[in-house]
Amino acid sequence: MANLATTADVSALIKDGMTVAIGGFLAAGTPELLVDNLVANKITELTVIGNDTGFPDKGIGKLVVNRQVKKAIVSHIGTNPETGNQMNSGDMVVELVPQGTLAERLRCGGSGLGGVLTPTGLGTVVAEGKEIIAVSGKEYLLETALRADVALVKAAVADKSGNLVCRRASANFNPVMAMAADLVIAEVDRIVEVGEIDPDHVTIPCIMVDYIVLAGKGE
Amino acid sequence: MDVKEIIARRVAKELHDGDVVNLGIGIPTMVADYIPESVKVVLHSENGFIGLGPAGTEIDPDVVNAGGKPASVVPGGVCFDSVMSFALVRGGHLDMTVLGALEVDQEGNLANWMVPGKIVPGMGGAMDLVSGAKKVIVAMEHTAKGGKAKILKACTLPLTGQKVVDMIVTNLAVFEVTDTGLVLTETAPDVSIADVKATTEAEFSVAPACKEMSLG
Repeated sequence: MANLATTADVSALIKDGMTVAIGGFLAAGTPELLVDNLVANKITELTVIGNDTGFPDKGIGKLVVNRQVKKAIVSHIGTNPETGNQMNSGDMVVELVPQGTLAERLRCGGSGLGGVLTPTGLGTVVAEGKEIIAVSGKEYLLETALRADVALVKAAVADKSGNLVCRRASANFNPVMAMAADLVIAEVDRIVEVGEIDPDHVTIPCIMVDYIVLAGKGE
Repeated sequence: MDVKEIIARRVAKELHDGDVVNLGIGIPTMVADYIPESVKVVLHSENGFIGLGPAGTEIDPDVVNAGGKPASVVPGGVCFDSVMSFALVRGGHLDMTVLGALEVDQEGNLANWMVPGKIVPGMGGAMDLVSGAKKVIVAMEHTAKGGKAKILKACTLPLTGQKVVDMIVTNLAVFEVTDTGLVLTETAPDVSIADVKATTEAEFSVAPACKEMSLG
């Protein structure tokens, strides 16, 4: 069951050096208000898990530009030149993970699984240092579970207990990140009463969600 | 005809009615413009839906393609999260993926995600796509800037996938990747086999039925 909160309420929950999973795909479905809050609070030395590092002025990219990220675990950095700059200068470590593997590693982290066997990355640098396991004559890479201290997720609608509905392509990594973090803070566009969301339509069950922050005018 | 249009038009002919297809960024995206009316394909977008359509007049920030650009979900389309999206990708639920390449070689190896020391955009979903789609088509200009060959004996850049490419479509030629190497099956209009040899580092054989590329 989640608590309704403001960005000020959740500010103290995220500390320097934490691992933070942030939803979104090229900033679509990224909780921008919660990211802005990390920027405003100057939280540093973060390990950030995300699909990508967004753009310099949008999504996770804002944390990179403000030099708050120590390490990024992402599938793509091409849309934010600042990530490449900091990687090349040695100021930031980038662990590039195939997008489907990133999703599965988080799924394992949130599902009580130690890892997953995937064909993705066999014969590439992604396989370096990883165990290769043959099952029924076919080879797979062992990719291990991934978890975060905090997940910052975005949804269109929440009910007051924390059930979340993601909209269109803004779901992306949000549901699986909500599974794989000790603390889950959701930024939502609208809050409704408990019971107003059809149980069949919930994307992220309330038991995953700790805090709901209303975006936009709610602040 | 623009070289990119030649490539996109030719790749579009590989699509069959009912196919589920993922089109990469760049020339592959253009393929959607040349799919005949009679061929209904379902486009998969790795950020989380099937039924990708062109952007409408109203922009919806929650509906973007895998390049982050405005798009639409066609009637009957379905949205889902990244776990489902990539289960579809790896699980053999896509009939085809079309990707660009920096290099491709005669073994069917593909390199398209980084140039060490120069540019490292990351693999995004490409490694999953080439490992799981039933057919992998590389759509690219035949040579790099300055005429440097991109179809090589062996890729020099870090691989996206090992022995994953089924077909290569360029502005000059179509190759099929077989167990015994590359086979030239088509040449573009006004392009000779000698032209293809001169611009291709890889060894290839010429199919007995090698013909002119149809772009109609």
